[in-house]
Parts: sequence; C-alpha cells; structure tokens
Amino acid sequence: MKLDLVVRELHRSENELRQVLLRMSERHKADHETYHVARDLARWCADHVRDLAEIGRAYGLDLDPSPSGDHGPVDRLREKAAEWLGRRPEPALLLLADLRHLYRVASGVSLDWELLAQAAQGARQAELLALAQRCHPQTLRQARWANARLKESATQALVS
Amino acid sequence: MPQVDRIAEPWGTRTPYGPGDTWPVRVDSFLEQGLAEHDVDRWVPSATILHSNGDALDIAVKDGRIAGVRGRAGDRVNRGRLGPKDLYGWQAGQSPDRLRRPLIREHGRLVETDWDTAMDRVAGRARELLAEQGPSAIGFYTTGQLFLEEYYTLALIAHGGIGTNHVDGNTRLCTATAAAALKESFGCDGQPGSYTDVDHADVIALYGHNMAETQSVLWSRVLDRLAGPNPPRLVCVDPRETAVARAAAVHLANRPGTNVPLMNGLLHEIIANGWIDERYIREHTVGFGELRERVRDFPAEEAARLCDVPVDDLREAARIIGTADRLLSTVLQGFYQSHQATAAAVQVNNIHLVRGMLGRPGCGVLQMNGQPSAQNTRECGADGDLPGFRNWSNDDHVRDLARVWNVDPLVIPHYAPPTHVMQMLRYAEEGSLRFLYVTGTNPAVSLPELARVRSILEQERLFLVVQDIFPSETALMADVVLPAATWGEKTGTLTNADRTVHLSDKAVDPPGEARPDLDILLDLARRLELTDKDGAPLVKWHDAEGAFEAWKECSRGRPCDYSGLTYELLRGGGVQWPCDARNPDGTERLYADGRFRSAPGDCEDFGHDLVTGAPLSDTEYRALNPGGRAIIKAAEYLPAHEEAGGEHPFWLITGRTVYHFHTRTKTARVPQLQRAAPEPWVELSPADARRLGLAEGDLVEVATSRGAVRARLRVTGMRDGVVFLPFHYGYWDRPGGHRPEDERSGRAANELTTTDWDPVSKQPLFKTAAARVTLVERGAGGPSAAPTTAAARPAGTGVPATTGGPQALAGESGQEPGAGRVSGRVREGGAA
Repeated sequence: MKLDLVVRELHRSENELRQVLLRMSERHKADHETYHVARDLARWCADHVRDLAEIGRAYGLDLDPSPSGDHGPVDRLREKAAEWLGRRPEPALLLLADLRHLYRVASGVSLDWELLAQAAQGARQAELLALAQRCHPQTLRQARWANARLKESATQALVS
Repeated sequence: MPQVDRIAEPWGTRTPYGPGDTWPVRVDSFLEQGLAEHDVDRWVPSATILHSNGDALDIAVKDGRIAGVRGRAGDRVNRGRLGPKDLYGWQAGQSPDRLRRPLIREHGRLVETDWDTAMDRVAGRARELLAEQGPSAIGFYTTGQLFLEEYYTLALIAHGGIGTNHVDGNTRLCTATAAAALKESFGCDGQPGSYTDVDHADVIALYGHNMAETQSVLWSRVLDRLAGPNPPRLVCVDPRETAVARAAAVHLANRPGTNVPLMNGLLHEIIANGWIDERYIREHTVGFGELRERVRDFPAEEAARLCDVPVDDLREAARIIGTADRLLSTVLQGFYQSHQATAAAVQVNNIHLVRGMLGRPGCGVLQMNGQPSAQNTRECGADGDLPGFRNWSNDDHVRDLARVWNVDPLVIPHYAPPTHVMQMLRYAEEGSLRFLYVTGTNPAVSLPELARVRSILEQERLFLVVQDIFPSETALMADVVLPAATWGEKTGTLTNADRTVHLSDKAVDPPGEARPDLDILLDLARRLELTDKDGAPLVKWHDAEGAFEAWKECSRGRPCDYSGLTYELLRGGGVQWPCDARNPDGTERLYADGRFRSAPGDCEDFGHDLVTGAPLSDTEYRALNPGGRAIIKAAEYLPAHEEAGGEHPFWLITGRTVYHFHTRTKTARVPQLQRAAPEPWVELSPADARRLGLAEGDLVEVATSRGAVRARLRVTGMRDGVVFLPFHYGYWDRPGGHRPEDERSGRAANELTTTDWDPVSKQPLFKTAAARVTLVERGAGGPSAAPTTAAARPAGTGVPATTGGPQALAGESGQEPGAGRVSGRVREGGAA
C-alpha cells in the first residue's frame, strides 16, 4: 500500500499551488480581479492541506496542518516567466506567463487527486475517497479559472 | 386641482387598493409658475429618465420651450404618477451652462470649435490608432441614459465596424448583476416579472432594494397596497433603516458582505420546512440536489451568526417567504454592489424556482435596473454583449448577427467575453487602450477609487472623447467634448425594468449647436467610412425611426423581440416585450409556461463558476442538461475581501437619495431638488455616534486606505458599525472642478471605495470597504443638510423636516378624461 505516498505528495502539491496563487496575487496586485480571486482560491488549498494532514495520521503521516511558507516554487516560476517572455517587462505578458504556469500546477494537483481517488477506491478507503470527491472539484475550478483568465487576457496582451 | 409639496411628500397622496384590484389613477403634474394646463401649446409623449421605473408622461411645450410635465393616466407603469425627480427635473435642460458648442483641447485648455474640426479630430485619432495598433486600442464607455436607437447604432459601429471588444456601459455599475443573475438562472437576460405583480402579491421581499428612493412611483404602488384591504407583508434586507425597512414585517440588517449566507440560511429554512414545489422543481429545473447539499451548511443559527442578525428574525422572514401564496421579490444595489453579488442575486431566483413561483400574477422576480434605459444598453449590446441577447460563444449566433449586419463574422469580436469598464481602465493604465469614447456618463465621479481613475483618464497617451450635455468632471479632462441633446430634444425609445417600451418624442430643439447622440454617432460612422462586406455604408439608417426598424429585425426571434412594435403603436402607451406576431399586445410575464430560454443553442450564456467567474464551456453547459429548464445554482460563502477592523473599524456603504440622480449633473441644476439635498452627509447609528462622542451636524472625516471625505453627520437608524455616504456629489460645482482642491475637500464617496468587482457580473463593489470616522469640527448647533423624508431620517428630534415650499407645489388629481387613453394592451391588472 502506497497511499501514504500519494497523500504526502498531495499535501506538498497543494502547498505549492497555494504558493503559486499567493505569489501570483502579489505580483499582479494592480490587476485587481487576479489579485482578489487568486487569494480567494488560495483558501481552498489551505483547506485541503489541513484536511490532508488530518487524514494523513491514519496512514502514519505527520503532516503540517497549516499551509507552508515555502517560496521555492515561486523562484522557479519567476525564472520560467522570464524565460518565456525573453525578459520583456510588460505586466500583461507576465500575467499570461503566470496564468499559464498556474494552469499547469493546478492540473498537476488535479492529477494527484485522481491518483488518490483511484487508490482509495482500490483500497476501499471510504473517507479518503470522500475527501478526494470533496476537494478535487475545487482543484478543477482553480485550473479552469486560470484557463479562462488566460483566454480573456491573451488577445489584448498579444495584439497590442 | 389639489397641490402637494412633493419634496416634503415624495410618494404623494395614498390611493388605497386591494389584492387583484386595478391600481387607481392619480395624475401628477408640475408646470412652470403661472402656467395653466390650457395654456400649454402641445403635449409630447415621453417617459421618465431619472431612474429605471419608466413612468409615462407628457411634456408640456409652451412657445418652443419645455414648460412642465404631466403623468399619463392610461399607462400601465405609473397610472399617472410621477416622482419628485421627474416633476422638477425637466428644468435642468434649460440650465445656462449646457454645452452648446464642441470643445477641443489646445495647449492644455479646452476651447470652442465647430463640429467639423471636433469630429475630424475624433475620427482622425481613431483612424491613426486603427492603422498603428488595430481595434484593441479603441474603447467605448456609454451609459444607461441614452435611447435604444443610439445604443444599437453604437454597438454596430463598435462591434461590426471597428471590431473592438472594448464596449461597456455604466450599467456595469447599476445593473450588470441583474443581467448576470438572470443569465445564470434562466439562460438568458429578461425580466421574469411585471410591476403589476405588486397588485397581486401577498408577500413582497426587497433584497438590498431601497425602492422608496430608487423607484419612487413603484413604491407608491406598494404603499397603496399597504394602505388598502388585505395588504401584503414586506421583508426587507438592508443595513439602513430605509422607508422600506420601516414598512416591513421583518427587517434583516445583516452585516455587509454576508448576503450569500443570508440567502443560504433562508433557503435552508424553506427547504427544511418543505415549503417547496417538488413538481415544479422536477419538471422545470436542474441543479436542485446541489443546492440542497450546499445549504445544509447554513442552518438558521449558523446563517444568523455569520450575518449577525437575530435568528428569530431570520426564521420569521423564511416563514413569511416560505408560506407566501403569491411572492414578489425585488433586488437592487444592496446585493448587486456588494460582495458575491451574482451568487447572492441568483439565490433570490432560486427561492422562486424551488417555490414554483414564477410567471403567475403576484409571483415574480424583479432583478431591478438603476437607469432609465439600462435594459436597452443590455439588449442592444452597448454593454459589450452581442445584440439581441446573442451568445458570443455560440458561433451560430455570431454568424446570425453577421448576416443581420452584412459583415464577415470574423469582424465581430467573439474570442472572449467583452471587456468591462474596469478592465478597460486597466488596459488604459497599461497603455494598450489609447482611445476612450465616453457617452452620457461621468466616470470621474461614479467609478471606484477616484484618485486612480483620474490618474488614468488624465494620461497624455489616452485620447479621451466625452459626449455629454454638461461640462462634467470627466468632460473637464477630455481631449474633445461633444455637446449632446437630451430628453425632450430628440426622439427614441427606452425600456424600463419590467420590459415596458416607451417612445420619447422630440418636443423642442436642443440649445446652441448641440446634437442628438444618434446624429453624432452617425457622423462618426460616416467619417470613419465604415462599410459592410459589400462596400456599402455599414450603418444603413439616418434617423431614430430607421434605427428602430433595423433593431426590430435584429431582435426578431430573440427573447427581446421588438418586431411587433412601431413608433405609432408606442405613442398610445407603453408595451412590454416580447412583442411579435404571436404576442401583438406584448407579454406581461415571462416563463408563464415554465419553459426557459436555456437550450444550449438558444441561451445567451453558458453560465459561470459563481466564485471564480470562469465561464462554462458549451460542453460543460450541455452536461447540466438544461434544455428549456431553469438552472438552480448553489453558492459557497467567501468572506469579504476587505473586512472592517483595526484602524478602519467601520463598514462603508454608499447609496442614493430620492432627490438626486447619478452624479447630479441634472438634478443639482434643479432648484427644488438641489435644495432638498444640497451637500453630502455621513450617516452613523446613534450608538456609534455616542461611542465616538459625535452629534448631529458635526463635521466628520470618513477615511479608507484610498482617500478621505468630509461631510456633516446625520445620526440615523443605521445598523451599528456601518457608515453611509451618498454617492452623487462631485466637484464640478466646487473650486476644484474635476477633483478635490486639497486634501480637506474630498466629497465624492468614490474617493474611498475599493477597486474590486464581482467576478461574474464584473460589477464594482461599493458596499464593502473598511473605513474610519473622526471628528473634524463640532457643528454650530444646526443639523446636517441631509433630507429627513426617507432613509436619512434623523434618529433624534429637533431636525426640521425637509420641505420644498411654494416652489415645489405640484398638481395631483384623479382620473383626467382624455389625459392619455388607457392602453388596452395589458391583459390583466392594468386595463381599466
């Protein structure tokens, strides 16, 4: 049984997603919708981290229920954005890069929830399955938001 | 004829009536001093334009001038009545400081010029930018105060000619959430209810809707029911003690930002007590299961705790609503301009869906509008949507519109949702939007966080065109100012909040060289040489009636079908759309058969995630399987983005008074209205005033992290912890001109508000900002100048009542034979 591995990985990736959202919110404070909604959505990650830590105990894990303050992924994001943009300073283009990154991170978390749900079904772990069913839709909504904002913002940023 | 001071009595004299009866006629009028009705040369049919109620009236013309107004006895909307703004407001058109000639900026100053020079400058700059950057450089920001014909022409120029996606109206500030909530629940915009539902309802629930001051004639209708036999019971949700709250059986003054938990709590009680129509839910809706699950987290105690209201009041409100036989609900800015706006407004629709109370007399939802033609802004596409409630993400709809306009579908931007005004400002801030054409609105006072708005509009790199009737704060920052004609000086149609279309005929000529907005737009299209795909002129009409005929074709078959209407027909009185071959007399209520315009190929919108605002795709929408059924959407609660506390312990909310409209450009130029509410004021509850050691009339400062405003204090029956400011006041009549002259002179409420909007409707939030209140200077013993007649009624004694004096005496009489025939177009409720 490798359920603990999946729970641990999700705990990490939800923390990462939260950081990506918060960092994005910070970077785009002048883009008000991005700023506010990203912060709203980061709450969901914090909820998921808490719930994962709680359920993790049943699988011998000692995970931190409060979200982490790790900034590692943000540095990577900054590098990636800079790479993709060829160091152009325009905030509109930076926003596109950040949304693109967010979409990929959220999609990764979504895949992790799928793995967890599959494993929980196979191992007949009802509580774990219920957790996946409760949290996974929110992760999908986070990814869809990134996708939608990207679509909305792309034209003006790229044709102007 | 009896004379009534309608400043002192905004709702006039009661004409009581009972359930199912016809609302009695009462004809209100106000004429120039010394003029009698028989002296009037001509009466010209029109409707009111200083709110969204659409009250029909006749304009009195004497010697080529407007000399007064009289309500139309036969009209279904007002049955002769007029509100105070309508009775006196017409005088503003004759104000000596009307814009009479075009202005252009030369060496930093606005100077007079001729039309050719001004229009060439506008068209020239637009052409330069189109060549250099393309349509993404151009934006249009219009209003809810022009006529249908003007909006449709503007939408064609912007969407079908220039091809920009940057089109919005100031309806974004007043009615965007109404449209969004209707689309989410019913698949399509369109008001389900009718004003005649007031005649039949046994319960009327008003959610964040100070009807007494926003639609004063509709409130008269409610007051007349309350004064008659078997009156309805009212439920009021509002942090202020409005006239509505005083008349209500239950008043829920919930903490700002908690409308979603309040609604979820009400829905929880309604569902838990079985006050639902299971058959209606089964046959006419999808999504009930999710709602039931969601509201499980909101039992009455929990909802009451989150909202900080007494739990017994919440239960009692739920019982009144849940056991109503004929429930009418109305919604306005307390929901639309607050946190989680669309999510909360949708829950009001949900109450009607789970109770099966739609499409029957007395069973209606009125998701209200703020402005007289806001409905037309929405249906014609001047708010950025595609005309005729077409769906921008449905390629068939785009192709159909391209057919109507004879353009290539690729010209019509449909790659993303239209750019709303706050996003346009962001693009202007970034420098990618470089041309903004503003018609009939005043963003330099009405948008949130004014210091930011001014800094954007003042940029050299932004070419700002303002088309208006007065030198507003925004006009003072413009590169070109175009003088427009106003109501009574041009012809066109306008549609009110219950889908009633009225014709407003031209009564007199505009002053100086001012031109109707339609003529200016047609001139612009000509100068830009906009063509259709065959090289013919894009805009194929030359006057208002031509534009109306074209719109009829554009709307044919769509939910807002005007194809059965003509100007001639409308001269006889207001008619509700849809009006087509099948419904030649119009349609009183939508969805009477429980069939909704929600089929994927028909709907206006596939809906959104109510929290993130992300649009649903065609596939996701089809998975809901709505196919003609309404969509019940649940919403989770999120705490407000800015919470009162610490340095800023008060919740700031902004709002209006019954005596002013928008940014006072008209109403401040009307002596009766200006005297009734001459300057801004601040409202606090008695307990808060006591705690801070403040008294009525003290000069106080209200400050947020964005700015500060000073005004005199009025102590009212407000909820504790909330501070209120009216939003009407700006700087055009102060030394600053378009801004406060120094840091002590702030008086526009929007100096304080936050740049934040609902992710679904994109409506800015004016009801959730954290503020502090401090004393500047003790009052000299006198009260503040706030009116005493409505929500700003003083909590204490000793404040003299607001009156209008002899100058405000207006006529009020019973049925006037021949004062406009009773329209035979109303199936029930309204026909005499």
